[in-house]
Amino acid sequence: MKASWRPGRWLIILPPLAFLLIFFLIPFLFAFKISFAETAPRVPPFTDVVSFTADHRLHIAASLANYRYLFTDPVYGVAYLYSLRTAFFSTLICLALGYPMAYAIARSPKSAQGLLLLIIMLPFWTSFLLRVYALEGIIRDNGFLNTLLLHLGLISHPLRIMRTSLAVYLGIIYSYLPFMVLPLFATLEKLDPSLLEAAADLGSTPWRAFRDITLPLSLPGVIAGSMLVFIPAVGEFVIPSLLGGPNQLMIGRVLWDEFFGNHDWPVASAVAIAFLLLLVGPIAIYQYYNVRQLEA
Amino acid sequence: MRPERRSTVLVSVLFFGIAVLYLPILVLIGYSFNASPLVNVWGGFSTAWYGQLLHDRQLLGAALLSLQVAVAASTGAVVLGTLAAVALVRFARFPGRLLLTGMVNAPLVMPEIITGITQLLLFVSMVQLFSWPHRGLTTIVLSHVTFCTAYVTVTVQSRLQSADRSLEEAAMDLGATPARAFLEVTLPIIAPALISSWLLCFTLSLDDLVISSFVAGPGASTLPMVIYSKVKLGVSPDINALATVIVCAVGVCIVVAGWLMTRSDRRRALEAQLAR
Repeated sequence: MKASWRPGRWLIILPPLAFLLIFFLIPFLFAFKISFAETAPRVPPFTDVVSFTADHRLHIAASLANYRYLFTDPVYGVAYLYSLRTAFFSTLICLALGYPMAYAIARSPKSAQGLLLLIIMLPFWTSFLLRVYALEGIIRDNGFLNTLLLHLGLISHPLRIMRTSLAVYLGIIYSYLPFMVLPLFATLEKLDPSLLEAAADLGSTPWRAFRDITLPLSLPGVIAGSMLVFIPAVGEFVIPSLLGGPNQLMIGRVLWDEFFGNHDWPVASAVAIAFLLLLVGPIAIYQYYNVRQLEA
Repeated sequence: MRPERRSTVLVSVLFFGIAVLYLPILVLIGYSFNASPLVNVWGGFSTAWYGQLLHDRQLLGAALLSLQVAVAASTGAVVLGTLAAVALVRFARFPGRLLLTGMVNAPLVMPEIITGITQLLLFVSMVQLFSWPHRGLTTIVLSHVTFCTAYVTVTVQSRLQSADRSLEEAAMDLGATPARAFLEVTLPIIAPALISSWLLCFTLSLDDLVISSFVAGPGASTLPMVIYSKVKLGVSPDINALATVIVCAVGVCIVVAGWLMTRSDRRRALEAQLAR
């Protein structure tokens, strides 16, 4: 029976494979190539790295200047470190908040689970940009939070949250929390409650049962959720741009400014490639756990 | 800790989390009906900001472009994503399987800013070589199809994995060609997943700012691009009204998608019970 699929197989495999190859993978090769170019006052604004001379000879003009520039200008190092630190701590806070949430949903009655998941999913799919804007309405100097606290007499001056690192943290946690809850729920839901009952029967305290059974079994969800928050958060642009100030330099913002502000496409490409190298490890970890989970 | 106390703690964290997720949106909806343009003064109930939206030509043009992109991109992504899911679930071994798996999963976590810049560089190089595609609607649709395909594949893949293959095999035993068996037996089973992933792609595409900004080129502006530039300039109360409209529209899409998925789950569970 399977054999009869064979002739038509490539009709199914080829379109998505070719499309993703051309529009997802090959673009990285172009970015890699252009990261060795130099800016030039023409359209598109960079020199040819690979070209043919008049006598049809291959001519390669690759320059390492862009990468050298990344190491000499301190802005890039500072932005990389700030992005990594911000993403790391936001991920930890998301995990601390998301784990109990996922656990509570997994332990609630089956009939309520669907609704609770939908409630968590709804903001996840609702406009990201608009949610960041909505958060600004809460934490602005004259926003909801300050108006409320002033009104209650708890503070005498508005709290300054906007344009600080705190605002960026709040933005990332608020935007990415559902990314953490969903994979955690997926692993916690599969957990067999009889394991915990057995542990309790054998005299284990709930905390020990959690530490020895629940936590290790939910580790794939912890890793998948953490990567789903960490990787996009490192490259976040909208949040530092709308909520952060000039000191909240994240790599996504530097890349954006390099591209749209300075029109330096080759340096922007080099930033992207260097950034990608930084993310290869986390993405590989995510893929590994994801594939394993799908095939389980 | 006693079990009851522990679950009280869990449930309160859950509700705290949900409150955190929803409070900003609810406050925003409240502001959108504020007659006063000042954010911290309540000037009475008014729908004036909604009326203003209808006269903003730039906003309406951008909304139209975004809707066109979203319809085209989600349709393309559902076709490609379903093919990819069928390939990955049904064909255990083929050259390029690992590559396809990677390319389907990587866009889910790839920072948009990287996808955006690399795709722009591709389009620019393609124009030099083939004089196609020119930046605008075409390039935005192509890049949206790329990241939406990943979401479709993941959704349809899990649905296909749980679908019962024996029905399809029975159809083939009765003489149906594999293609016909798939179209008439399996496709109706996975149809809810296709509809809900179309709706999800639609909202994702409608929302994308970063990738569109890179690939759109100077002539075209999608709705998020216009919103971003307005928000960047400062508070404008009509954005509150626009945001309310979008949030409600997206909310309806998601609730419908979720409802379709759970309804078909329930029906399948019922059928499985009856079949026993």
